[in-house]
Amino acid sequence: MLGGASQGLGKNNKWSLFTSSLSFALLVVAVILGDSRPAYTLPLPRVQAIPAFARKYGLPCSACHEAWPKLNNFGQTFKDNGYQLGNDRDAPIWQQPTYWPIALRITPHWHRENTDHMGVYDPVTDSIVSRSVTTHGFDLTGMDMLTAGTLSKNISFLLVPSSDNTGAFHFESVNVRFSNLLNTSWLNVKVGKFELDNMVSEKRIMTLSANGGMFQLYHFLPAGDYQTSGDPRFVGFGLGDNQLGVEVSGHSRNDYTRYSVALLSSNDGNVNLPTGRGYDTYLTFSQAFNAGSLGLQRVGAYTYIGQAPTNFPLDSNLNFIPGAGTGNEKFYRVGFFGLWYIKKLDFTTMFMHGSESAYLYSGTPSGQTLPFGAQDPKWNGGWIETHYTLNPQFILIQRYELIRMSQQGNTGNPSNLGDMDALTFGYRYYPFMTSRAGFAFHNEYSRVRQRGTGVLPGQDLTTNSVFAGLDFIF
Amino acid sequence: MKTKVPSKRLLCLSALAILALPSLGSAQESHIGKLTGHADSGKQLYRRFCIGCHGPRGDGQGENAPYVTPQPRNFVAATFKCRSTVTGTLPTDEDLFNAITRGFNTTNMPSWAPLTEQQRADLVAYVKTFSERWKNEKPGTPIEVPAETPVTLESINHGKELFQKLECWKCHGPEGRGDGPAASTLTDSNDQPIRPYNFSAGTRFKCGTTNQDLYKIFITGVDGTPMPSFADVIKPNEAWDLVHYLRTLQVSRKGPESDLLKAHGGAAKAADKSGK
Repeated sequence: MLGGASQGLGKNNKWSLFTSSLSFALLVVAVILGDSRPAYTLPLPRVQAIPAFARKYGLPCSACHEAWPKLNNFGQTFKDNGYQLGNDRDAPIWQQPTYWPIALRITPHWHRENTDHMGVYDPVTDSIVSRSVTTHGFDLTGMDMLTAGTLSKNISFLLVPSSDNTGAFHFESVNVRFSNLLNTSWLNVKVGKFELDNMVSEKRIMTLSANGGMFQLYHFLPAGDYQTSGDPRFVGFGLGDNQLGVEVSGHSRNDYTRYSVALLSSNDGNVNLPTGRGYDTYLTFSQAFNAGSLGLQRVGAYTYIGQAPTNFPLDSNLNFIPGAGTGNEKFYRVGFFGLWYIKKLDFTTMFMHGSESAYLYSGTPSGQTLPFGAQDPKWNGGWIETHYTLNPQFILIQRYELIRMSQQGNTGNPSNLGDMDALTFGYRYYPFMTSRAGFAFHNEYSRVRQRGTGVLPGQDLTTNSVFAGLDFIF
Repeated sequence: MKTKVPSKRLLCLSALAILALPSLGSAQESHIGKLTGHADSGKQLYRRFCIGCHGPRGDGQGENAPYVTPQPRNFVAATFKCRSTVTGTLPTDEDLFNAITRGFNTTNMPSWAPLTEQQRADLVAYVKTFSERWKNEKPGTPIEVPAETPVTLESINHGKELFQKLECWKCHGPEGRGDGPAASTLTDSNDQPIRPYNFSAGTRFKCGTTNQDLYKIFITGVDGTPMPSFADVIKPNEAWDLVHYLRTLQVSRKGPESDLLKAHGGAAKAADKSGK
C-alpha cells in the first residue's frame, strides 16, 4: 500500500509540473491573443468560498466545491441545510473557543483591457472621436470578508463586509436563516440581505476578469435605458445583485427538489431605501435527477417580478425624498436553466426573457405621455458554460453568452441595438487542496461585443479582457 | 547491460497478466444491490472528499487527524464499528455503503447522502483497496435479525434485568448516562480514550437509528471499541428485551417503549443486582 502511495505522490509531482507548464503556456497564449480594450472598474471578488467551514469540519475545499467557489451537490446541501452537516457537531458549542468563523479573499492580478470605438476627446479637432483604448498593469480586486456559521442549532448567519479595491466597505450580505422550521427541511426562512436563490450563482462565478467576472445576462439593461443614465433616483436591477428582504425556501432531504419564494424591497439591494417603497418577488424551483455514472443533473426555472418608481416627490428644498417614490412601473425576468454533468465534463445552460416598462426605459413619470416611439423593451438571452474538472485541482472554463433584443425600447432604434455576445475562457489551477486555505492560479480571457453602442452611430463596442491572478482565501 | 527477453516468455507473461486481470478487477469493485462500484472512480472521489481526515494512505492520518476527535477510521487496519457481520469479520459492501451514507453522529464524519449512490459505491470500492484483509478474507456473513418481539412491560423489565446482569451499567451507567464506574478508563483499539454512549442525550446511534440497528449492535459488537458482541450470551428475544429497555433510557425520545412505561408508573422494575 505504501508503495502504491509513493507512486501516487510521484504522479502528483509529474502532474504539478505538467499543470504548471500548462498554466504558463496558457497565460502566454492569453496575453498574445489579448487584443483587449479599456478597463472600467474591475468587478469585486463576488464569489464565496468559506475555508472557515473547512477548518470547522476538517473537510478539504473540494468536499463542498466542484472547484471553489463553484458548489457541488454536497456543498449545496450543506448550504441549504443552514450551514449544517447534521452530525451534531454544527452548533458553536462544539467548536474550540478560539475558533472564529472568518475567511478573507482577495486576488492580486495583472490585467489588460482594450476597447474599440470608445469615445475619446481629441484636442486637435476639439471633438469626441472614436478610438481604441488599451490599459494594462498590476492591480487588486476588492476584498471579501466572509463570516458565516451557526448561532445555534438551525439558526445560521452570513455576514460579508466587502470592500472595493480602494478599501471602501459595504455590506454585501447580512442575513440570519432559520432552518428546518416545524422540523421539516421544506420550511426555512432567511431575513436580511442575501443573494437570490440562483442555482447558477454569480457569487460563485468561476471567472474574474472585467468582462467575464459577471454574467452579462444577469445585469443586462437595454441600450439607451434611462436607468443607466446615472440618475440616482433609478437604481436599475441585476439578477446577480444581492437583495434585501425575506426568503422562504425548502428542499427535499437529499436536496434534489428545491424551491424558494422571496419578498424583496424594490431597491436592488441598496440600503436606506434610496428610491421607492415597493416590493418585488422572486420565485425559483429546481429538480435534480440521478443519471447513474454520469452524475447528478438539475433543471429549474425562475421568475423575478419587480417594480420601480417613476414619480419622485420633493421636499421643501426641492430635493427628492428618498424612499418615497411612487408611480411604480413593472419589469420582470423569467427563465430556466440546466446543470448537466457527464462525469468530469459539465455544462450550465441558461435562458432568460426580460422586459420592462416603457416608463422605466424612458424615465417618464407614470401617467404622463411617453416620448414618441417609446415601448416596453424586451429581450432574450442565454449562455452555455462548460467546465472540465480534470481533478479537484484543475478546471478548464468556457462560457458563451448571447443576448438579443426582441423589441427595442423605442421604435426608432435599430433592431439589433444593444445585442450582446460575450465569450470567456480560462482555467484555474489549485496547487494544493487543504482544509485550511485556498489558493488558485487564475488565467482568463474574455471578449464582449455590443451592437451599435460605440461612440459613433452604427459602431459596435467591443471590449477584451485578459486576467492573470493569484486568487487566495484563508 | 541489455537483456534480451525471449518473445515466447514475453507472450507467456502477457497471457498471465491478462488472466490475472479479472481477479484484480474483483478486488477493486464493490457490489451494493444492483450497483457496482469501481475503485478507479472512487480514488478521485476519495481525493476530493475523504483525504483530509483519512489521509492519502487511508491510515486515518490525514492533515486534520490531529484535530479530530474521535480519530478518523484507519482503513489499513480494516476494523469497522458498524457491521451486519459477526465480530472480528469484515463488513459487507452494503455496511460500508450505509456508513458513508449515514455518517457517524457526534463525530466529524458527515452523511455523504448528497453524493449519488454510484459515487458512494465507488468510494466503498476504493476504501477496500487500503487493506490486505480485503484480498485475503471475505466479508463475514450478515447476522439474522429476527422479527421484533412485542413491546410489553415484561419485556422492558426483563431488559432492565439483562442490563444489570450483563453489567452494561459498568460503562453506560445505571441510568444509561454514559457515566458508569469504568467509563473514564475506556480506550479504543488505538489506545485513544472513548466514551460510552449516553442514552439520556437522545442523540442518534452511530450505527443507525432503528431498533433493528440497536439489536445488531448487541449481536455484532462494535469492533475496535470496548463494546463486545453478546451473540453468545443472550438469545434473540432477550436482545429485543434489552432494546426495549434501552429505548426507555432515551428520556427525550418519544416511542412506544417510553409511552408504555409512563402508563405504568414511569420506571422499569428489576431486581437490583448491581450492588448499588
